[in-house]
Amino acid sequence: MRIRVSHQTTYHYDSPATRVIQTLRMTPRPHDGQHVVRWRIDVSADCRLTTQEDAFGNITHSFTAEVPTDQLDVLVEGEVETQDTDGLLHGTIERFPPSFYLRETELTRADPAILAFARDVAGTATDPIARLHALTRAVYSEVTFDADPTHSATTASEAFSLRRGVCQDLSHVFVAAARSLGIPSRYVGGYFWRNDGITAQEAGHAWVESHVPDLGWVAFDPTHAMCATDAYVRVATGLDYLGAAPVRGTRFGGVGETLEVAVNVAQAFQQLQN
Amino acid sequence: MAECFDEMKGADGSVRPAYEGLDAWLRDLSPDVLDQRCQEAELLFRRIGITFAVYGEADSTERLIPFDVIPRILSSSEWTLLQRGLTQRVKAINMYLKDIYGRREILKAGVIPEDLVFQNQVFRPEMNAQKVPHDVYVHIAGIDIVRVGPETFYVLEDNARTPSGVSYMLENREIMMRLFPDLFSRYRVAPVENYPDELLATLKSVAPETAAAEPNVVLLSPGIYNSAYFEHSFLADKLGIELVEGRDLLVKGGVVYMRTTEGPKRVDVIYRRVDDDFLDPLAFRPDSSLGVPGLMSAYQAGQVTLANAVGTGIADDKAIYSYMPDIVKFYLSEEPILQNVPTWRCRDPKHLSHVLDKLDELVVKEVHGSGGYGMLIGPMADKGKLAAFRTRIEADPKNYIAQPTLALSTCPTWVERGVAPRHIDLRPFVLTGKDTVRIVPGGLTRVALQRGSLVVNSSQGGGTKDTWVLDT
Amino acid sequence: MLSRTADNLYWVARYVERADYLARILEVTMRLTALPLAYVGSTNEWESAVATAGCSRSFHAAYPEATEESVKEFLAFSADNPSSIRNCIELARTNARGVRTALTSEMWDVINGAWLELKRFNNAPGSREETLRFLRWVQEISLRFDGSAYRTMLRTDAYWFFRLGCNIERADNTARILDTKYHLLLPEDTHIGGPLDYYQWAAILRSVAALTSYHWVYRESLKPWLIADLLILNPKMPRSLASCYDNLLRYCDAIAESYGRQGASQRKARGIRTRLSNLKMEEIFQSGLHEFITEFISDNNELGGSISRQYLM
Repeated sequence: MRIRVSHQTTYHYDSPATRVIQTLRMTPRPHDGQHVVRWRIDVSADCRLTTQEDAFGNITHSFTAEVPTDQLDVLVEGEVETQDTDGLLHGTIERFPPSFYLRETELTRADPAILAFARDVAGTATDPIARLHALTRAVYSEVTFDADPTHSATTASEAFSLRRGVCQDLSHVFVAAARSLGIPSRYVGGYFWRNDGITAQEAGHAWVESHVPDLGWVAFDPTHAMCATDAYVRVATGLDYLGAAPVRGTRFGGVGETLEVAVNVAQAFQQLQN
Repeated sequence: MAECFDEMKGADGSVRPAYEGLDAWLRDLSPDVLDQRCQEAELLFRRIGITFAVYGEADSTERLIPFDVIPRILSSSEWTLLQRGLTQRVKAINMYLKDIYGRREILKAGVIPEDLVFQNQVFRPEMNAQKVPHDVYVHIAGIDIVRVGPETFYVLEDNARTPSGVSYMLENREIMMRLFPDLFSRYRVAPVENYPDELLATLKSVAPETAAAEPNVVLLSPGIYNSAYFEHSFLADKLGIELVEGRDLLVKGGVVYMRTTEGPKRVDVIYRRVDDDFLDPLAFRPDSSLGVPGLMSAYQAGQVTLANAVGTGIADDKAIYSYMPDIVKFYLSEEPILQNVPTWRCRDPKHLSHVLDKLDELVVKEVHGSGGYGMLIGPMADKGKLAAFRTRIEADPKNYIAQPTLALSTCPTWVERGVAPRHIDLRPFVLTGKDTVRIVPGGLTRVALQRGSLVVNSSQGGGTKDTWVLDT
Repeated sequence: MLSRTADNLYWVARYVERADYLARILEVTMRLTALPLAYVGSTNEWESAVATAGCSRSFHAAYPEATEESVKEFLAFSADNPSSIRNCIELARTNARGVRTALTSEMWDVINGAWLELKRFNNAPGSREETLRFLRWVQEISLRFDGSAYRTMLRTDAYWFFRLGCNIERADNTARILDTKYHLLLPEDTHIGGPLDYYQWAAILRSVAALTSYHWVYRESLKPWLIADLLILNPKMPRSLASCYDNLLRYCDAIAESYGRQGASQRKARGIRTRLSNLKMEEIFQSGLHEFITEFISDNNELGGSISRQYLM
């Protein structure tokens, strides 16, 4: 499938920001089943975009904008060709052995409630892939999708006790639970194409990858209770949201920030005739 | 507890050669004079402003760390041994860090269990495959050493992150030379005052290739509320470099600058006394206000050198400590000159059962604790405390290591109008630059001022002494 | 040098200068109120002290009435008044601690010693004698601090920023006295002086340490317009507005010369200095002493703002 993504972030400041510094993780890399046809990032301020790779192999762009401004736009736009691989990942960049992804983080700490939940879900199943499928369904039915009560710093344990959250929270709960079962797991940020014709979205998407012996990394989406398909554009991975966050930044001045995000994920139809 | 070794009096009670002059001097001196000198010393320290913040106390930010006027003396042969051992150990530590963040041979060889590294919070994935100038990670190490016999020194802890205490080494000497010129005339004491020069040379030698011929070195401090702030300002002063806080630095176009009255000025080397977690809110803790947004990105691009490097905690972590002799052998193919304290890892079931059996005899430490907190000293603990610790260890064995209660050596110490032996340790500072390892002869001797106490940490009532290395 | 260091130096100087000024005001007020009422009139001198210190609003938020006790407590010892002498010394030391390496050890000794000794002085204002001893001590600290700076600091930008802070604060202080007391200083034809005013005039001069200087400069008995002249236009008097601006301009220029670049601060300082040297007392009286002072205070603040923006941020 060919997916066209545009992701526009606009910051408004009541009093001008004198300096904005950000690191973006908004550029997908290719792997088997994902081919990046074109991709670009535009920042409205005059600044240099420095391209680097982070610890996990994600592509980062950093910039410092220094002109006093009351508005800043970051536009990401591109096209990706995807194939359905039943959630199996090959050809991804791997910097660490799978066991690294057993490491706990503040956002993905398994509290007693999550530990018990994970044990229950695992039940008698010993096959890790069966456990992961069960976990995907269980997180989906246990935690209700709700954008209101959580925010970007909500921990897995907070979201789980609320039984509510967005894709980020569901993924955190999944990761915490899976790691507690000894299954290396990581957080994935990216985009999701909806097959109901709705292309405008409020944010990107998040899901999870877990490592299964003999299969390698497999992508699970607890928000939709399924494995990732060709409707998914994989952008960045990390131990948790912080490691894969599309934007990490700070600013000086710029009191009263308001943020508008417009994400559009649509199927692009190739023009066959010239 | 076993009989402990006294640095002044040997096993047979006779005064050891290095202490003869001190012994004679002490016998000549009236207690009143010594008492008066102590008061003068305290006044001098207070004036100079040496203070040490202790967390959790109301009037915490301004407490004076006690100073003992009786020096601790090491003979030149003792020092030579230490120096060789320290150099070897720090070399191995740097090679280990390069390997851990590079090819990971030591993990492949199975010398250290992989999970101990990868699942350790102090292992920084951000440093993976990151080049650092001249492969130096730990530019400044403060290796804690205890002595249990005439020939036996143990390394208690390798401080490879942001070790502090060197200002006390320098100030203690300064005060001693002012107070006791006579005593110095009886000895040939190797000077330590060149430490700042050595440190600056070390820092300059690791400047990035992009730096100017005369690299701009700064000291990054968390600010005046940090417990070691005095040391930060003291060192910046002695090195003649700017003492900066996070808000003084900015990153632009991948380069680090400091804000000056004449506009931004490029920074090449940062001697940072801010912990990894707080260095850069864009890379580590997003709530940190002590750091510099974008610093890691400049660091990764090789535009600035951080000393010590990020992620050195994976070398001095207590879980790794017990592998240090293996680390020395693995990289240098040499036998370690300085021994480790025998250590039981509670993660190992056999070790665990031994530890639980002998809990009342052992010192149990939390793998990630520091400064003497989260520690059990078995022989000193009552039943309740032992039971509580037992539960904690059983709940999370991998978080604990245990060591025998060491009979730390003692040294004569001035206490309430009298001289009495008190337990001491030693923290020498090891500098590693482009081609050389530098160690000034001396270090910080910490002393447990309470009778029988083994806790020398200044945050728990320990004091300091001047450390003399004899030059002959 | 680091902008933050310059900022700290600038503020150390300001806080020490302010502590000194507050001590003088309190001392002078104690002296005035010791006189029989017949000599000073029925005005509440303690109220006036609070006004001169520039903190009437915060004072009245905390206390119903200006009495000797409440004012002494508020201006000297209160931990809640950000501009009390106690807090000025605290803040001066905090700023000094932030730039330990930019101060000389002599200066650090003075300010750190003062901070340690401050703990000895009781929170509750004791006897007049005790209070007086405290106020004298504060003035002595400021003298020693200033003197240490003069004798031990290198004449580099660090010293110049330090001196800028000192002079901005001093100019502000002198202007505030004038602002509160201007009605006593109006020229001869609009004002008839009596014994009542004599003590007020003397008090004004004392609060800027200029009673003796007055006699040396004018060799006359106290005349209000001469007092105004001494405090505003006479460059020989170290606390006069003119003298402060001689210094401000000198140090602004020194910085500009050393950095090879000048900006808004130099222009602003030059403008104010020019105005002060071209004005005559008669002209000031004619266009209104109060208006002149109000404008000066705002100009002086603007220069402070310029210095901050140009160098300290």
